[in-house]
Amino acid sequence: MSKTATFERGIHPKYHKELAAGKSVTQAHLPQRIVVPLSQHIGAPAKPEVNIGDEVKRGQVIGTTTGFVSSPVHSSISGKVTAISDFPTSVGRMVQSIVIESDGKDESVSFKEHPEYMNLSADEIKAMIKDAGIVGMGGAAFPTNVKLSPPKEKTIDTVIINGAECEPYLTADHRLMVEHPREVVEGLKIIMKSLGVKEGHIGIEENKPDAIEAMKSAVSGEPDIKIWSLEIKYPQGAEKMLIKAIKGREVPSKGLPMDVGVVVQNVGTALAVYEAVRFGKPLIERVVTVTGNGIKEPKNMMVRIGTLMSDVIEQCGGLVDGAVKVISGGPMMGFAQWTLDVPVVKGTSGILVLAEDEYVSSDQYSACIRCGSCIDVCPMGLNPSILSIYSEKGFYEDAKANNLFDCFECGSCAYVCPAKRPMVQFIRLAKSQVKP
Amino acid sequence: MTTEAKAHELIVSVSPHVRGQETVARIMWTVNLSLLPAFIMSLYYFGPLAAFVTGLCILSAVLAEHIYQTSLKKKSTIGDGSAFLTGFLLGLNLPPSVPFYIPIIGSVIAIVITKLLFGGLGYNVFNPALIGRAFLLISFPKLMTVWSEPTAQFIAMDAKTTATPLGILKEEGLSKLIEIFGDKTDLYMSLLMGNRAGSLGETSVIALLIGAALLLYRGYITWHIPFSFVATVGVMAWAFGGQGGLFTGDPLIHLLSGGLILGAFFMATDYVTCPSIRKGQIIFGIGCGAITMMIRLKGGFPEGVMFAILLMNCFAPLIDRGVKSKKFGAVKEQKK
Repeated sequence: MSKTATFERGIHPKYHKELAAGKSVTQAHLPQRIVVPLSQHIGAPAKPEVNIGDEVKRGQVIGTTTGFVSSPVHSSISGKVTAISDFPTSVGRMVQSIVIESDGKDESVSFKEHPEYMNLSADEIKAMIKDAGIVGMGGAAFPTNVKLSPPKEKTIDTVIINGAECEPYLTADHRLMVEHPREVVEGLKIIMKSLGVKEGHIGIEENKPDAIEAMKSAVSGEPDIKIWSLEIKYPQGAEKMLIKAIKGREVPSKGLPMDVGVVVQNVGTALAVYEAVRFGKPLIERVVTVTGNGIKEPKNMMVRIGTLMSDVIEQCGGLVDGAVKVISGGPMMGFAQWTLDVPVVKGTSGILVLAEDEYVSSDQYSACIRCGSCIDVCPMGLNPSILSIYSEKGFYEDAKANNLFDCFECGSCAYVCPAKRPMVQFIRLAKSQVKP
Repeated sequence: MTTEAKAHELIVSVSPHVRGQETVARIMWTVNLSLLPAFIMSLYYFGPLAAFVTGLCILSAVLAEHIYQTSLKKKSTIGDGSAFLTGFLLGLNLPPSVPFYIPIIGSVIAIVITKLLFGGLGYNVFNPALIGRAFLLISFPKLMTVWSEPTAQFIAMDAKTTATPLGILKEEGLSKLIEIFGDKTDLYMSLLMGNRAGSLGETSVIALLIGAALLLYRGYITWHIPFSFVATVGVMAWAFGGQGGLFTGDPLIHLLSGGLILGAFFMATDYVTCPSIRKGQIIFGIGCGAITMMIRLKGGFPEGVMFAILLMNCFAPLIDRGVKSKKFGAVKEQKK
């Protein structure tokens, strides 16, 4: 039996999932050129392992780790390295990247398969996950092997796979669960094995009944794994909210899921883990939802890491005339792009193009009228109104005293604000001005 | 259009990139709309005077805001409906027979002194309409306490004057009040429908509740303030309002008369001047109710809603400071 679970407060934005939810994942064209940033993850950037002029193959390591919290990067095509330099990325920063021109052959290095993967030891699994360059694919891009190696004093008893996909428009995880449910479950089992955990959960928002159905039949022989249908509410897929909904545990302020014995992994990450451990395949491609009313043909596409957004958009028929905003990720927490010549990276869950009618200007805002809407919706139980006022007036320390750093910038407050105040912008400003 | 050409026109801003439909103007105009039933009943009972007084209040409030802002070369904000609302509420809080300068003075005080000089909508400490009314009551005590008898005739320009139910209750007692209205049921019915002397928009409880239902339905107000306010008044009226000792009072009379319903649903709930946190709003409502009843039962005025809300307005920021909503993850943190 599945249960409908959720957290307190939150918002109900328009989901617009219908644009892409029914579209099966299609393979994107082999890109002519890829730009692979050496830092696509949280932690130390990788360092180049190749030189300009080198020939590389698909799956070959081109950047190696430089610390414990770091992740290697691989080439997603075969071809020649033509540049190693700083390039713009989808989060707005310039990052050292490796540019590879395709030779059109798409030759692969050979991957080491493990048909008996459930017999591997935890350390072997973690090493493979690390070598495959797997990071959290929900957007945060935290190196997965680090998440699977908690300090000894933290006892992990639960793994949760995050299939909530609460960001409006995005359908990448939805399609993965519908099309590859068994692989996701195997990925979860591998993750559980690596942590020595007996209890697994998969949480999915109720607006994906086909995904819930598919996942349920995929776990029919797995008594330790439960499928949860979650209330359709944003930000249901935020780690802390998901853990609260499924386990009823509250991650302490400034704490991590491991503080309450839980590890959360995204659906896409689970699939990548399975492919890495079973087939030895590194993370060189991912599902990207290309959607929004500003795109001609919304699609879910399997895209090679490093493919430029402009290339992906062309394959979806290009932008419509009224397209005004291109976002990497979802509309609530994604990043607006100033150029389309940025690569798809491991954390790119979607490319969302908003048309004029979907776009809301935030240039014009007025004083807070203290309606309290933001307080009613803040999933962290904060007072966003007072945080925004303190930040606006430059009282950053006061903002900090009002739990500024508990905010994870989900944007619910800005969504409901009738005065159209740029709440997240104010909060980020304050965060940049004081030490946590 | 090619992607290269298009990229130069992309808009870049901080997330979230989608917003809800609610705007300040939409909220304010809806509140104005919700006051229409009460306004229509005031026309029915007090005739064209009601339209004259209320209209003049609205006109002066909107003009005051517009002139103030344009003369200071600021953007005029009359479109957001809040000046209109202040005028509307002030009008509904005035006796029917006030001379023309009363609405004008009241509106200017409400808009310019109470709101704009404090920084405009969002920064005012006190409910503008109530400060306007308090100013008028203190400055023109005679004019502000002349109550016309409801006539239910559109032609009556010079109606007879009488006392409000709360005035009669205070001066002559409950039995006299019942005697005037016939019997107890007649009294309750008259109070419910609004067929009694009082401020223009406060008399018809039923019309006010229809408007309040719209606001509750739309989520623009929540039960916290009105319910705690009204319940406190009811309990205190029952406990302390009777002649024969404790718990002999008639709560219904206090609930249905005076400006309680107008105040509790439309004025105490003013976002800017009430606490923002729901738990704090309950404290605020209880405070409003308690002060109202203290004034009604022990004070010099027969009615206390206005002063009660204004006094509690002072405490709203303090309440917001003291009452925090439950922070996620706070319980575990304390255990450490």
